Amino acid sequence: MAEKIDIALAGNPNCGKTTLFNELTGSNGYVGNWPGVTVEKKEAVWKKDADVLFTDLPGIYSLSPYSPEEVVSRDFIISGRPSAIIDLVDVTNIERNLYLTTQILETGRPVVVGLNMCDLLEQRGEKIDSKRLSKMLGVPVVEVSALRSKNLDALVGTAVDSGRANKVAQGVKCFSPEVEDALQTIANTITGSCAPDLLRWYSIKVFERDSAAIEPLNLSKQQLEDMEKVIEAIERDRDDDSESIITSERYEWIATVMDACVVKAPGKLTVSEKIDRVVTNRVLGLPIFIAIMIGVYWVALVAVGTPATDWVNDQLFSDGFFVSSSGQAAFEEADEAWQDAHYTDQISGYIAAAEEAGVDTDGVQDAIDADPQTADDEATITEFEDAAEKAGVVATDVPVTDADGNYLDTEGNVITTLDEDGNPVLAEGQELDVLPTVTAADFATAVDSPEPDQHDYDGFVDSIPNAVTGWLTDAGTSNVVISLVVDGIIGGVGSVLGFIPQIFVLFVMLCFLEDCGYMSRVAFVMDRVFRRFGLSGKSFIPMIVSSGCGVPGVLATKTIENEHDRRMTAMLTTMIPCSAKLPIIALVMGVLAGGSSMWWVAPMFYLMGIAAIIISAVMLKKTKRFAGEPVPFVMELPDYHMPSIKSWALHVWERVAAYVKKAGTIIFAAAVGIWVLSNFGLAGWEGGDGSFGFLQAMDGAPETYMDYSILAGIGGALSFIFMPLGFGNWQATASTISALIAKENLVSTFGVLYGLGDATENSVSMWQGFANMFTIAGTLHVGAMCAFVAFNMLCAPCFAAMGTIRRQMDDPKWFWFAIGFECGFGWVVGLLINQLYELFVFGNFGFWTVVAFVLLALMLFQLFRPMPKWDEKDEHILDNLAEEPVA
Amino acid sequence: MASLKDVRVGETCTVSKLSGTGAIKRRIMDMGITKGTHIYVRKVAPLGDPIEVTVRGYELSLRKDEASCVEVTDVAKAAAQGVA
Repeated sequence: MAEKIDIALAGNPNCGKTTLFNELTGSNGYVGNWPGVTVEKKEAVWKKDADVLFTDLPGIYSLSPYSPEEVVSRDFIISGRPSAIIDLVDVTNIERNLYLTTQILETGRPVVVGLNMCDLLEQRGEKIDSKRLSKMLGVPVVEVSALRSKNLDALVGTAVDSGRANKVAQGVKCFSPEVEDALQTIANTITGSCAPDLLRWYSIKVFERDSAAIEPLNLSKQQLEDMEKVIEAIERDRDDDSESIITSERYEWIATVMDACVVKAPGKLTVSEKIDRVVTNRVLGLPIFIAIMIGVYWVALVAVGTPATDWVNDQLFSDGFFVSSSGQAAFEEADEAWQDAHYTDQISGYIAAAEEAGVDTDGVQDAIDADPQTADDEATITEFEDAAEKAGVVATDVPVTDADGNYLDTEGNVITTLDEDGNPVLAEGQELDVLPTVTAADFATAVDSPEPDQHDYDGFVDSIPNAVTGWLTDAGTSNVVISLVVDGIIGGVGSVLGFIPQIFVLFVMLCFLEDCGYMSRVAFVMDRVFRRFGLSGKSFIPMIVSSGCGVPGVLATKTIENEHDRRMTAMLTTMIPCSAKLPIIALVMGVLAGGSSMWWVAPMFYLMGIAAIIISAVMLKKTKRFAGEPVPFVMELPDYHMPSIKSWALHVWERVAAYVKKAGTIIFAAAVGIWVLSNFGLAGWEGGDGSFGFLQAMDGAPETYMDYSILAGIGGALSFIFMPLGFGNWQATASTISALIAKENLVSTFGVLYGLGDATENSVSMWQGFANMFTIAGTLHVGAMCAFVAFNMLCAPCFAAMGTIRRQMDDPKWFWFAIGFECGFGWVVGLLINQLYELFVFGNFGFWTVVAFVLLALMLFQLFRPMPKWDEKDEHILDNLAEEPVA
Repeated sequence: MASLKDVRVGETCTVSKLSGTGAIKRRIMDMGITKGTHIYVRKVAPLGDPIEVTVRGYELSLRKDEASCVEVTDVAKAAAQGVA
């Protein structure tokens, strides 16, 4: 068996390196991040020989010490010592590409240069003499086409041979005689401190005074001072700094190579330039950008993505679905007829009337609702029917309710006011919609008309949780296991899988925009707006996407060009209300406006999200974490081109697979964790024995068993945190915790905790219950309610999004900083809303009002103070070699 | 001394010196803007900043702040489109 060999792929961004990597490896690779940075790292073996391992370095223009991409690349080459390096050069842009080549040739590794896109060059009528180039560079040069898979075997073969023979590139003598002399002097001084292969590399880095690069040499003060004199002499002579001298002379040497090897054709407008004249046009640029964004939004969130995700969540993982449309139609018809007959209202109305008439109604409703009904249940019902008939019970004026359990008026509108007992309060001129009479016969019909069951209709496929529950029940599994598997595991996995269709659709589009070259134009067009807030022009895309779902939103930050902006956007983008937060908004609208046409309430939450992002970004930009040397926006605008279907598909696959692997594990663990917290606890209810266990299955567990769960305990213990925000009760805290699984859980948990059963965010009883939570002594504290909602909108997102942030940051410190900031910021906003409302509406002033004002003042200070002056000292390139190193 | 920031769309110029320090200066040089390079200012973004220039046969975008670090001479109207 041949010896293993590892080959690094280096090259400029957009030189076709990703296409080459994909062509060489297929999709069998590892995709992750370089340690501690948000830069992607890819490794995979050659399709044709598993002994050849490729590492795809990030696309870079230089081996300078400034950007994380450049630093990881040069660290990998200098410390990782790959067996060989393939340097891919885009010949349509050869001057700038060779600049990186001159630096790679100095790293003392075997190098093979691949000339990519030679076909394009020929189309332009230009020619390149690759033999001559090979001679001038001193390494093999192979003409290839990554897109058409041409000559790739020869390229890799040459690299493997060079690597095996260890034919180390010598570097080119590209500098002027004086500089070469100085480099020779430096080389003589440091020889012995480093491997002979790296002597040229280190000499040049010493000349540039690159502190990080020369650190491993451990040079003595005397050596440094001697060399400093040599460098200073040249700098004085040239009236320029050493770094600039090196850069300029590299480009000057490349100009001579160009003259010798490349025949240029007279420039004319290429197709790409013609496209660009329209797309980034001063007048049309913005409208085109907005149109494309609306297109992405529409496809990802309206037309394809969200419906697909909803289907997975609501049908596959919740209710089940029909594969036969006739079966579905039949079911829907039956269901509608059943709803219109108001059987449930007849039953409850009749029972209430019977109770009034003195008939024993104990357990009757439960017996009717029981599924399956036992012989006992049936006996109870029959007994009741007989007794009621004997007593001659006839219910009159039974109120009608809709599917959400709301009372209706005669016009069919929902009655939005309830009194304390939950009875409807009518406005003037409004009439309650009622069934005039319900007789014993009607009651018997109602009892015998169960709600149509989807399972009884053709072509119905059960949802996964229902099907699994069925299997496990048939197999005689215990309740704990069923609940763990169905609610914990399937619930958790479902929340991961549910996002896949949406993420997939989104990345199909984003990868296209990225691969075809439009993404850099987005940054070009939008930079002016976003850089004020310390964000990138490309931050716009994650934010739009986040209004649908934060998970793909955070993933979309991958395309942002610099590390600070990437991190900032990943932290803040989930503050935009996502679709799972809509039920919470609906709930608040219900309480404030009774569900009527206060159309401006919902947009307010989006505005709040945008304002929160801008305020946070401006504040964070001035903190130590994000401040620092301004990051250059000097950026290539690559030619437009059509990406190959294959590399496009691989690109999408990589992103989706990465989400499933990394985010999936975290979401899964968290979902199971929350399941344990909310289902286990002490049986402390009346008649309970106080023992610890699985609550549902314990003797006499009430429907509101969650009150006794560990979650409730934690909620109680933590509720003091929210006291100043006006919602320091344990229910609010417990709902907030369970909302971490998915934000829409806030509403359902809330319903369970208050024993509201199946009430939804559209149920008047739910609005009432929600309002009661913030009602103290008969007054609704709107401030506290808004604080609660604001906190839940802005604090840590759901586990799915947190898992994605974790993956994106790839650094626990950054992850916790992000989550901590989100929660802290949400808390402060909640505090401000509650305390200011209390002060201005109720005139309440106290300790927390003072705290609120202090925090507000601090926020304003941080917002408006000038940007702290960045210390001009450059830690990467020293002013003087002999100076004390920066600690 | 004129800087690249002041060069109007459709004009060419020659780089005479680079001021500034650190990452921005190094990046500008790495991208091929060095002493003696010819630059053609192709366009300005819809919101007035950044600008797009042609240098060494490719398109480069940079902010006006960054362009002010590039001192230029020989500012002239370009003879034809696409000449750098």
